[in-house]
Amino acid sequence: MQFLSQLKPGQHALISAIEAEESLFHRLSALGFRVGKPLSIMRRANFNGPLHVRLGTTDIILRNIDAARIQVNTL
Amino acid sequence: MKRIALLGMPNTGKSTLFNRISGASARVGNWPGITVDLMSAKILMGGHIAELIDLPGIYDLHGFSDDEQVVRHFLANNPVDLVIILLNSSQIDRQLSLVLQIKKLKLPAVLALNMADEAKQTGITIDTESLEKALHMPVMQISAKYGDGLPKALQAATQIINQNHNASNPQAISQLLQEDNQIEHEMEALIQHHVHIPATLSDNTTDKIDKILLHKWLGLPLFFIAMYVLFQFIFTVGKPLQDGLAWALNLLRTEALNPAFATSPTWLSGLMLDGIYNGVATVAAFVPIIVLFFLVMSMVEDSGYLSRAAFLMDALMAKMGLDGRGFVMMLMGFGCNVPALMGTRVMRSRPMRLLTMLVIPFSLCSARLQVFIFIIAALFTAQQAPVILFALYAMSFLTMFITALLFQGQYKNSEPFILELPPYRFPTPRQIVLRGWQEVKHFLVRASKFIIIGVVLVWFMTHFPSNVAPASVGTYAGQIGVLFAPILDPIGINHELAIALIFGFVAKEIVVGALAVIYGLQGDALMVQMATQIDWVQAMSFMLFTLIYTPCLSTIATLKSESRSAAFMWLSIAWSLGLAWIVSFVFYQSARALGF
Repeated sequence: MQFLSQLKPGQHALISAIEAEESLFHRLSALGFRVGKPLSIMRRANFNGPLHVRLGTTDIILRNIDAARIQVNTL
Repeated sequence: MKRIALLGMPNTGKSTLFNRISGASARVGNWPGITVDLMSAKILMGGHIAELIDLPGIYDLHGFSDDEQVVRHFLANNPVDLVIILLNSSQIDRQLSLVLQIKKLKLPAVLALNMADEAKQTGITIDTESLEKALHMPVMQISAKYGDGLPKALQAATQIINQNHNASNPQAISQLLQEDNQIEHEMEALIQHHVHIPATLSDNTTDKIDKILLHKWLGLPLFFIAMYVLFQFIFTVGKPLQDGLAWALNLLRTEALNPAFATSPTWLSGLMLDGIYNGVATVAAFVPIIVLFFLVMSMVEDSGYLSRAAFLMDALMAKMGLDGRGFVMMLMGFGCNVPALMGTRVMRSRPMRLLTMLVIPFSLCSARLQVFIFIIAALFTAQQAPVILFALYAMSFLTMFITALLFQGQYKNSEPFILELPPYRFPTPRQIVLRGWQEVKHFLVRASKFIIIGVVLVWFMTHFPSNVAPASVGTYAGQIGVLFAPILDPIGINHELAIALIFGFVAKEIVVGALAVIYGLQGDALMVQMATQIDWVQAMSFMLFTLIYTPCLSTIATLKSESRSAAFMWLSIAWSLGLAWIVSFVFYQSARALGF
């Protein structure tokens, strides 16, 4: 089991769990982060900047600290 | 354990109600039959421990959106003892369908009508008692937000739970939903055989552009180059237009207005021509550049590039206690600070919002830009002009960064940063023109209101008392200039410029108009006159002060209303005035010390 924040650009994974407080959870699910959904890492910004993730047809950027709340299984 | 499902249409206050009932015990869980996870909480109900599940908000139990399928699959796979249906009272005419759909499934239910006070205001009255009889289920008015009526609703729910009916039979529900099931399967089969949906986005164009624009090392330099090119474009195209308009306005004065006022009293022709006409004409000459500026800004905004800028800048912004959205607001502030301040509403954490609002007023807005173009044209060569302007933009960023760094300790926050990256879109000309026009209209209304009042006041102050020479030390304006001399002399700002600065406090659009009135000149003649009165060091110091000190009254008013704090507004004013003076002082004194 891994966290989204640990993945490298080019990796694919399935979301296995989301551990976030209610407001963050709702925000994530509104953008399509749901258990069972596949995603891939597009890139990571310099200087430990945000992650660029692709979920289905949606591109999302999020910080490592928030990505660390999402558990994934790599494919 | 009893199981209660909470169901309602989107935006009926369902999550508020769920939070109110569940308190802090909510957790996220998986359920049979569905792939998404739902929030649930264990609550105590009349001696039973019950599990409350927050189902997704849906419009139609028989619809085929993701959320609608989730609700159906949940009910067809999990026994439920009670469904609490939440409706928005003021939309009951449309939302009652959901209640009847649940009733058809023979699920035990309680109907809670939320936002009853809102409905009352619009004149809607609901006879809950007779509705209860007609629906054969308890009906209660509640307020999810304030908790009114909630105990009664929970009591009704407890009564049903205590009757110990059997929980719903998922198989029976599944039977009743068979038609929907068939449609789902049919849909799936049709899509599978006749439609190809790629697992990942195959829009290569956006991917290819992102590969370059979001490149690890090239991304940021490219962003700044792009901004520089856009500004160059605005001025290359805008300058001839501006010159042409200024020439036409001057011609109008010499050919038509001067003869027209030749016979009127001196004070009237002075007020009308040297006051209002000079002031307004000088500002009006900038309208083409402002129009171009807003057209380009709205094009960048609609293109999807701004959220890329947020991605590139977030790591740096995080070091200052801000995030990538804050950077986008700074860029928006280049148009006008007021909408940028309002844009901070998307931030949920108050400390981050306040910190962002504290930095936005340093954004070099279009009104300040107009002052700078004018002064740069008067005192610098065409070759130097873009460099000076670029330096002022750099200074604008620098003051924002310094402010954020200094104040981030006071405004600590842990706001999550999650943003969607839209695909690149080339905005249609219609969109650009429409948005650009909105901005321009706004600018013109604001400008005309302030400028006319402003230039009349300036004219009055520089021409009275009438027994002294206009704009001399003896006039009211001159006296104010003398009053502020101890503060403004050390930064090289003379009496004439001081008056313009004071009026610039109301709106920067007045500054150039005020200079025209103070010197009694317009267009090229005004620029030549200014070049003989001040040197480039003074001009630069004046521009730095103008850049940093309080943007305008509208911005201050917005700061106060958005922060709902007068103390915060005063902090912003005091900090920007202080910083402006320090920066100008350091610049002016060191330039003089170096012999310039």
